[in-house]
Amino acid sequence: MDDFLAARLQMAFSLGFHIVFACIGMVMPFFMTVAHFYWLKTKKVVYKDVTKAWSKGVAIFFATGAVSGTVLSFELGLLWPTFMEHAGPIFGMPFSLEGTAFFIEAIALGFYLYGWGKLNPWFHWFTGIVVGISGLLSGILVVAANAWMNSPAGFDFVDGKYLNIDPIKAMFNDAWFSQALHMSIAAFVSTGFAVAGVHALMILKGKNVIFHSKAFKIAAVFGTVAACLQPISGDISAKDVAHRQPAKLAAMEAHFHTERNAPLIIGGIPDTANKKVDYAIKIPGLLSFMTTGDFNGEVKGLDTVPKEDQPPVAVTHYAFQIMVGLGMAMVLIALLYFIALWKKQQWLKSNWLLKLFVIATPMGFIALEAGWTVTEVGRQPWIIQGVMRTADAVTPMPGIAYSFYLFTGVYISLAIIVCLLLYRQIAMVGKLYDSSTKPHKN
Amino acid sequence: MIYVVIVFLWTSILLYVLLGGADFGAGIIELFTSKKNRSKTRKTMYEAIGPIWEANHMWLIIAIVILFVGFPKIYTTVSIYLHIPLVCMLLGIIARGTAFVFRNYDAVKDDMQKVYTPIFIYSSLITPFFLGIIAASSVSGQIDMQAQDFLSAYVFSWLNWFSVAVGIFTVSICGFLATIFIIGQTANDDDRSFFIRKARRTIYIVMFCGALVFVAAYHENIPLASWIFGDTLGLIAIIAASISLVIMFFLLQRKKPVFLRLLAGFQVTMILFAATYSHFPDIVLIKNGANLSLLIHQGQAKAIDTLGYALLIGSIFILPALVYLIYIFQLKKEVQEVH
Repeated sequence: MDDFLAARLQMAFSLGFHIVFACIGMVMPFFMTVAHFYWLKTKKVVYKDVTKAWSKGVAIFFATGAVSGTVLSFELGLLWPTFMEHAGPIFGMPFSLEGTAFFIEAIALGFYLYGWGKLNPWFHWFTGIVVGISGLLSGILVVAANAWMNSPAGFDFVDGKYLNIDPIKAMFNDAWFSQALHMSIAAFVSTGFAVAGVHALMILKGKNVIFHSKAFKIAAVFGTVAACLQPISGDISAKDVAHRQPAKLAAMEAHFHTERNAPLIIGGIPDTANKKVDYAIKIPGLLSFMTTGDFNGEVKGLDTVPKEDQPPVAVTHYAFQIMVGLGMAMVLIALLYFIALWKKQQWLKSNWLLKLFVIATPMGFIALEAGWTVTEVGRQPWIIQGVMRTADAVTPMPGIAYSFYLFTGVYISLAIIVCLLLYRQIAMVGKLYDSSTKPHKN
Repeated sequence: MIYVVIVFLWTSILLYVLLGGADFGAGIIELFTSKKNRSKTRKTMYEAIGPIWEANHMWLIIAIVILFVGFPKIYTTVSIYLHIPLVCMLLGIIARGTAFVFRNYDAVKDDMQKVYTPIFIYSSLITPFFLGIIAASSVSGQIDMQAQDFLSAYVFSWLNWFSVAVGIFTVSICGFLATIFIIGQTANDDDRSFFIRKARRTIYIVMFCGALVFVAAYHENIPLASWIFGDTLGLIAIIAASISLVIMFFLLQRKKPVFLRLLAGFQVTMILFAATYSHFPDIVLIKNGANLSLLIHQGQAKAIDTLGYALLIGSIFILPALVYLIYIFQLKKEVQEVH
């Protein structure tokens, strides 16, 4: 395997692995503290049981997210030294703040996990809130750093030199808000649906139904509310990308030619050689409207970008379609759930709605990975949009393919063990966590 | 502001060596404990490190972020030429961190424990070993930026007797820190004298490994002795470390655990000080003498300034919380036991 491709794949794999754990690690604490809040307010033991079960999940995901994050901070240099040599001081601000946020999260998690019975109950609850907020802040900061790669700011690029560095300006680059918003909501959608789906399955199996119903409701409300907010943030992102990175938008939409009244292309197989999309559904004018607010607005196509600066169209387009399709499916489930909550209470007791949630378990995370693929592949061939090419940033060390195989093996084994662990946590709910079925020690 | 950043960098590395080191040591001690006493060691250790376990490893992230934001040239040079040991260390970090959590959070305690435990204890050994190799390689002057072939550029940059000896020495330091730490965690007198015996043995091992480093340095023509003994401050630091080691050896039975821990921390601080001070401001020594310096190869002023402020603001948040965490789970327990 080509070293450059191996380096890209290793980075993609490492980030793709980390992103799942990081998202769960930053969203689960919110579920946990809501359950904890109900326990402190209502003194119903089931909420304490749910809190404790979830906190174990948080510990597992946080630790896995922390080590994979540590690895990433080294991999940036191991794989992309030329990039880091120039970018490090410019986009380092969010990373140094993220170090703080992450550190606080780790400390708060120590308090939370080991604090049962040792701390004032409300202070104990508050440390859980700190875990959630600092986790979310870490996520936002890291995404701000990624946004800088899409929307470089805070320096002057003169004759290949990076002058007049301003790390604050770099952090608050044009893309940070839309990307951080989209990513944070995505974390809530994917974690909410994944957790709700697992508990829905257990309800359908008739195991510890009260326990799982309480857990399901908390996760489902978070996931569904976020799912309905996501299209709004998606719209903000799309307009932003159209303005800043027309090549990325054109690749997402497989939009080859610059035109007014541009159609929204749904599905289809992009044919890069002949610059057309086969078998697609085209809605006239909609892309123009969505990106410019005017059905006759001009949308730049790939023809405005020199061939050597064009991102891969097929991967970006497919990934974008997957993300939007799954996102819409989750919005539909969310709407059904809201109707059930307010108007049709009997739906909540019927199996079909729960089954829908079970089917939707992986949807959020698939959409999340797809969306991240759009961001990263859509920026190619650049590592810093318009400034540095990815191919120029890669390490001179040969043999990266072996390192790629090694890390891939490690990450796959880790994923398998984490799944086993979660399966066991869930299977043992009746014995370990649910007080109504738990064998009593005395 | 550059000195603020350097102090933070040095302190993060020190705290990682001390806290993370004691943590690695826990696994190393478990490895070198007979099967009979293993579960006792493990239980005592877990109770001690559980709550602050995550926080101990954050120091490495802080150090690495300081390097790539403030000293990008140093970060990237090390990343390129010490790629292989860095990858080995990372694999160790992944294996160890996840195995630790898995073995404590697996809802079913069955044969999977036999998978997690060896992974945990062997990665506890491997990680500090490569950490030592990396530290030694950055000062052994074998990094050759003009090298033409793979072996001299990416392998002999770190593979030499001096680096290996420092790797072993680092492992022994970790074991030493862990045994001193664990003495204060023991529940009864039997366990206490068991771990005191262990502590004595690790002190011998540390001294032996320390001597090994000097032999290896001599063999590789690295003027280690003149670096350390040729400088007054370095000499004082090493003498202070040696004296405190002797004091500790005789006071193991008598003194309070807190005193022993402070003494152990003091020794390691002095060793790190002596090892880094003699080169300062150089941090990575290169074959042809074009060394990388913290002062010359620092990032642009504005980057250093914002980094410094970020670190200062960060420590206002982190330090009180960390102290309180340790207070709640360590000191408070001891206070309760005394009363």
